[in-house]
Amino acid sequence: MFSFVARRLAVAVPTLLILVVISFVLMYAAPGGPFNSERPLPPEVLANIEAKYGLDDPFWRQIVNYVVGVVTQFDFGPSFQYKSRSVNDIIAQGFPVTLTIGFWSFVVAMTAGVSLGIAAAIKQNSWLDYLAVGISIGAQVLPNFVMAPILLLTFTLWLGWLPGGGWNGGQWQHLIMPVVALSTSYMASIARITRSSMLEVLNTNFIRTAQAKGLPMRRVIWKHAMKPAMLPVLSYLGPAFVGMITGSVVIDSFFSTGGIGTFFVNSAFNRDYSVMMGITILVGALTIVFNLLVDVLYAWIDPKIRY
Amino acid sequence: MLPNPQNMQGIADAMALSEVKGRSLWADARTRFLRNKAATVSLVLLAFVTAFALFGSLVAQWERDFVDFTLIGSNAYKGVPSLETGHYFGTDNNGRDLYARVVQGTGISLMVGMVGAMVAVVVGTLYGATAGYFGGRLDGVMMRIVDVLMSIPFMFVLILMLVIFGRSITMLFIGIGLISWLDMARIARGQTLTIKNKEFVEVAVATGVHPIKIILRHIVPNLLGIVIVYATLLVPNMIIFESFISFLGLGVQEPNTSLGALINEGAGSMQYGTLWQIGFPLFFFVVTIFAFFFVGDGLRDALDPKDR
Repeated sequence: MFSFVARRLAVAVPTLLILVVISFVLMYAAPGGPFNSERPLPPEVLANIEAKYGLDDPFWRQIVNYVVGVVTQFDFGPSFQYKSRSVNDIIAQGFPVTLTIGFWSFVVAMTAGVSLGIAAAIKQNSWLDYLAVGISIGAQVLPNFVMAPILLLTFTLWLGWLPGGGWNGGQWQHLIMPVVALSTSYMASIARITRSSMLEVLNTNFIRTAQAKGLPMRRVIWKHAMKPAMLPVLSYLGPAFVGMITGSVVIDSFFSTGGIGTFFVNSAFNRDYSVMMGITILVGALTIVFNLLVDVLYAWIDPKIRY
Repeated sequence: MLPNPQNMQGIADAMALSEVKGRSLWADARTRFLRNKAATVSLVLLAFVTAFALFGSLVAQWERDFVDFTLIGSNAYKGVPSLETGHYFGTDNNGRDLYARVVQGTGISLMVGMVGAMVAVVVGTLYGATAGYFGGRLDGVMMRIVDVLMSIPFMFVLILMLVIFGRSITMLFIGIGLISWLDMARIARGQTLTIKNKEFVEVAVATGVHPIKIILRHIVPNLLGIVIVYATLLVPNMIIFESFISFLGLGVQEPNTSLGALINEGAGSMQYGTLWQIGFPLFFFVVTIFAFFFVGDGLRDALDPKDR
């Protein structure tokens, strides 16, 4: 087990470094500095500013400074656009919001998806099954940026039940639409995966044995079928996590919740490279850590995997 | 004793009969595909959407970048879809003909999907087949590269690239090309591992055929079925991917447009009651994605021997 984790880490750490280097090189290659404006600054002022941000150093020193700063102190440097704020401030402000939405979306997608999938598998070819399959096919073509306007149209403009955006300290009314919009398509995928793997497991011999010795259906499902049936779902969690964190960019900016997605899009329009890089690297790190966790969990649960 | 010529004739006839025209694998697959109603209907729908994107502009009464200043600000009641004004789908906030814009948006979205699928088919298949065929250390290195690329949050890196090198459709194509082949490479490699132990490959190796020729002549054609299936399923994902970026306003730039950008515009103005602005692009988006998924599913049932 230990060597398995160590081997995965041996891949994860260089991946993260590559991501940091790629984004830094991209930023360095960008035409025009962050302080080039239509009215050019006096050269002395520009030189001073560049010295403050370390932009007059040679390329290799800049990149080494940046990587060292990120790795040792988790410091992404100052924002180029919001003059007095650092990238860390911006992340500290936006990240809790994104995390809240992401957490609830994850919970909703998992519970709703898994229960729908199991129900459909147990009652195969019943109306419940067709409903579940229908929902999961329908939701596949409704990615978050399609769900969000539809929800807004229905619940804010027509019914007037929910506020059309904002955060307001994370009140539940403000949370519902972002969470639903973000989780729908993942719920659908999880339901589909659960259904097919559950069907497969229910056809195996050990389930027949369990039924033959007179166990009630509920116990068969929970005690015997659940664990093997959940393995494919577990391996889908990695991609789902990436998708949700990417989707939060749309959700944050569409519902103006003030999460990191809002800052990411704003800085994309303002060419605020340091904020963009900071968020990209943060997301990359989270993705890699999460994938690592899923892999370890998978290896721990599935006895067939030899590490 | 001479054999009875009549009997001989009978045997010959029977032998000729047993040589019925064999059905090729592809004909078999076609029959299976056509038996799947959802897939067949989707294929027809796709043909319609493609025709709409290709020839729709012939029927348009207005140029897609013509701004009708008299409509600006009064879009909600003057820009209503109607046959009389020639604005079949109504107009957008800037008084531009929505029909012409939806035609272009559909076209660009389809093109993005096609480009992604093409790159995946060419690069992904060759990459995966090479890694799988040679195996060993080369395989390890090549697949590790794919692993590393896959664990990078590409949407963010692509947006970073779009911002740095300018938001253009070329950049978008490059970005989509960069990621679309990764899954395909894995799939192609997995298939290659089973194919390369088949007798016909062994014969080819034994007769001294060059490895590159083996890959191109013997491995790749046998991958085609599964490659086509996954390419079809990849197209809608690429369309969603592009629409996501265009929805944020970071993808295709004005005066050009794509379905994602149009949906974004429609979503921004639906509170003023101009629902056609979101309705028409959304309709074409959903129909296209749906159709591709169903066709892909149908193709998988028809071509993938595993699920038969």
